[in-house]
Amino acid sequence: MTPLLEIRDLHAEIAGGRKIINGMNLTINPGEVHAIMGPNGAGKSTLSYVLSGKPGYEVTGGEVIFRGVNLLELSPDERAAQGLFLCFQYPLEIPGVSNMAFLHTAANSQRKQRGEPELTSPELVRKVRELGKKLGIDTDMLKRPVNVGFSGGEKKRNETLQMMLLEPYLSILDEADSGLDIDALKVVSNGVNLMRSPERSMLVITHYQRLLDYIVPDVVHVFAAGRIVHTGGKELALELEATGYAQYQNEAA
Amino acid sequence: MAAVQETVEQVRSIDVDQYKYGFETQIESEKAPKGLSEEVIRFISAKKEEPEWMLEWRLDAYRRWLNMSEPTWARVDFPQIDFQDLYYYAAPKKFKAPKSLDEVDPEILKTYEKLGIPLREQEILAGVEVPEGERPKIAVDAVFDSVSVATTFKEELKAAGVIFMPISEALREHPDLVKKYLGSVVPTTDNFYATLNSAVFSDGSFVYIPPGVRCPMELSTYFRINEKNTGQFERTLIIADAGSYVSYLEGCTAPQRDENQLHAAVVELVVLDDAEIKYSTVQNWYPGDAEGKGGIYNFVTKRGDCRGKNSKISWTQVETGSAITWKYPSCVLRGEGSSGEFYSIAISNGRQQVDSGTKMIHLGKNTTSRIISKGISAGRSNNTYRGLVSAHKKALGARNFTNCDSLLIGDQCGAHTVPYIEAKNPKAQFEHEATTSKISEDMLFYCMQRGLSQEDAVALVVNGFVRDVLQQLPMEFAVEAQKLISISLEGSVG
Ligand SMILES: Nc1ncnc2c1ncn2[C@@H]1O[C@H](COP(=O)(O)OP(=O)(O)OP(=O)(O)O)[C@@H](O)[C@H]1O
Ligand SMILES: [Mg+2]
Repeated sequence: MTPLLEIRDLHAEIAGGRKIINGMNLTINPGEVHAIMGPNGAGKSTLSYVLSGKPGYEVTGGEVIFRGVNLLELSPDERAAQGLFLCFQYPLEIPGVSNMAFLHTAANSQRKQRGEPELTSPELVRKVRELGKKLGIDTDMLKRPVNVGFSGGEKKRNETLQMMLLEPYLSILDEADSGLDIDALKVVSNGVNLMRSPERSMLVITHYQRLLDYIVPDVVHVFAAGRIVHTGGKELALELEATGYAQYQNEAA
Repeated sequence: MAAVQETVEQVRSIDVDQYKYGFETQIESEKAPKGLSEEVIRFISAKKEEPEWMLEWRLDAYRRWLNMSEPTWARVDFPQIDFQDLYYYAAPKKFKAPKSLDEVDPEILKTYEKLGIPLREQEILAGVEVPEGERPKIAVDAVFDSVSVATTFKEELKAAGVIFMPISEALREHPDLVKKYLGSVVPTTDNFYATLNSAVFSDGSFVYIPPGVRCPMELSTYFRINEKNTGQFERTLIIADAGSYVSYLEGCTAPQRDENQLHAAVVELVVLDDAEIKYSTVQNWYPGDAEGKGGIYNFVTKRGDCRGKNSKISWTQVETGSAITWKYPSCVLRGEGSSGEFYSIAISNGRQQVDSGTKMIHLGKNTTSRIISKGISAGRSNNTYRGLVSAHKKALGARNFTNCDSLLIGDQCGAHTVPYIEAKNPKAQFEHEATTSKISEDMLFYCMQRGLSQEDAVALVVNGFVRDVLQQLPMEFAVEAQKLISISLEGSVG
C-alpha cells in the first residue's frame, strides 16, 4: 500500500531560533488513525504547523511526502487543497465574515485549485445545515462571524464542521478535546468518526486517554523532544496514563 | 452570503498590480491660458455663457483667494503647489453641449466604456424591459476634465420633475435656483481650496428634487481628469426640497501620470423639511506609484446643510485613490430632529497620505449623528481620521455615536485618530469608540489552511473589517467598492 503520509528524518526549527523537531519519522497509511501523546512543550503543535506550512518555521532537513507529492514545496493553501486539514488548538476569530460565507469561500477555493466544479450557494447551505445538525450547530451560529464570541466548545465544533465539509484525506487534530464538556466531546468525536473511511486518515494529538475512548486509534506514538520515541497499540495510551512520560523523556535525551 | 465569495472571484479576475484606469484618451482639447488671473476667470465664465452675477461671484472669490493661504494643520506632506503653473480649464475641442448621446465624441464614449460606465447602454436599457432587481437604472452625468459631456435619462427625470444637469447648464436654465443655493452651505471664503474652486469651478452636477418626490432612480456623476497639468474643480449642488429623497453616487478616475494633479471640488447639499439625501462616493483617483511619484492631490470640501426639521443626510465614502486626500464631508444639523451620518472606508497603500473624517455640527434640538469610520493602512502610507462633533448651546438632546477603527497591514504604515469634541450644553450625549488592530499572520494562516490564497485571505479579512460601511452603499456600488478595496491592497503583504 502507498502510504498517505510519509515523514522521513524531519528536522525543523523556529525561524532564526530553537530547533524543535529533531529527526522525526512517521508513516501513516490510508484509513489509519494515529494518536500522538507527549509532554508539554515536546513540539507536537509545532509538528502540525510545519506540516501545514505555517510561516515562521524552517525545515532544516528530511522530507515529507503526502499523497505522492513533496508537501514541503507547497504553500499552505495548496496543502489544504491536497487534502491536509489542521483542526486548530486555538481557532482564530474573523470579525465581520459570516461563518457560512467563510465555509463557502474555503470549500470553493479548494475545489477551484483542484479543478473541480464549485458548489452553488444552495448546495453549500444544504450541506452545511446537515452537518451542523449532527454537530449541534444551529443556523444562528452559521450567520455569526467566524468564531467571534464562540465559547471554547463551540469553536471546536466549528472546526469539526469545517473538517467535515472540506473532507480532507488527512486531518490533524491538535487537542480537539481541550475545553470540551463530556457531551461536546461525544459530539465532536462522533463527527470525527463519521469521517473515518478506508482512504481518510487522522493524526490525533492529545494529552488524555479519554478522547481515545471515543476516537479509537490504530497506533499510538509517544512524542518527546521533537521526535517519536515509542510506538504501540491503543493500549499504550492507558499505560501512559498510569506511568507518565518520565521513562521516555530519558530515552529522548 | 455569497458577497465575499464574489469579491474573491472578482479579485481573481482583475489584472494585478496595475491602476487599470491609468490610460489616457487622445483627444484634442481647448484650454484656457496657463495660470490664474481675472482674464482666465472671465474666459471660463464666457465659455460657459454665464450670467453677469456669476462672473462677479467668481471674481469676488478670486480676489479673496489672493489673500488666503493654504491650510497646514492636516497630517499630509507635499511640495508647494505652483498655482500659476496649472491650466484651469480644458474642454474637448469643438465642444458644444451635446443634445443627445449621438452628438458626444465617440472617443469620449469609449473612455467611459473602458471605465465600465457604458452611457449608451444605460440609456438603451431604459427602453427595454429589465427584470425586477436585475439592473437598477442609474442616470449618469459624465464630467470630462472641465465639462460635462453627457447626461443620461434626462427625459425620464424631467417627467418626475427632477432637475439633473451639468451645473453650467443649470446656470442658464435655472439661474434663480442656483443663485439661491450656491455658496449657501460652503461660503466662498470657507477655506483656501473652496475659495479657489468658487473662482474657477468648471463643471459638476446640479440636482433639484421637488417637494414630495422620491427620485425614481439613482443619480450618478463620473468625474474623469484626462488633460495633463490641468486642475479639476468641479462643483456639485444638490437640493432636496421638503419631503423628497434622492440617492446620489459619485465616482472618479484619472490617467496615470508622473506629475501630481490638483483636484479641488466643492459639494453642497441642502435638505429641507423631512427630506433626505444619500450621497455615496467611490474615489479612485490615480494614487501615484509605489514610490510616491505622481498621483492626484484631492482637496475637497463637502458639506450638507440639514436645513429643515427631521431632514437627513447620509455620506458614505470609499476612498482608495489619490496621492493625498484632504476631505471632511460634514453635516450642519440645523433643523430640529435632523440627523447626519458618515460612513467611511479610507484605504492607503504605497506612499499615499489620507487625512479624512467628518464634522457633525449640532445646532438644532434633538439632532442625532452617527460616524462609522474604517481606516486601512498598508505599505508606507499614512492614514488619519480627523473628526469634529460639536453641540451648540441650543442643541438640547443632541446625540452622537462615533466608531473609528483602524487596521494596519505591515509595520511601515501609520494610523492616527484625531477626534475633537465640543459640547456647549450639558444635555448632549456623545459616545466615542476607537480601535486599532493589525492584520495578523495567524489570521491569514488560518484562512490559508482552509484553502484561501494569501490575497484572498487578505481580501476576506479586510472585507470583514469594512462590512458595516459596505452595507451602506447601493448594491452596484458596493460590488465596485469591494473590487477597488482588493486592488488597492494588492501586494500589501508577503
Ligand atoms: N513562535 C515560537 N517562538 C518561540 N518558541 C516557540 C514558538 N513556538 C513554539 N515554541 C516553543 O517550542 C516548543 C514546542 O512547542 P509546541 O507548542 O510545539 O509544544 P506542544 O508539544 O504542542 O506542547 P503542549 O502539549 O503544551 O501543547 C515549546 O518550548 C515552545 O515554547
Ligand atoms: Mg500543543
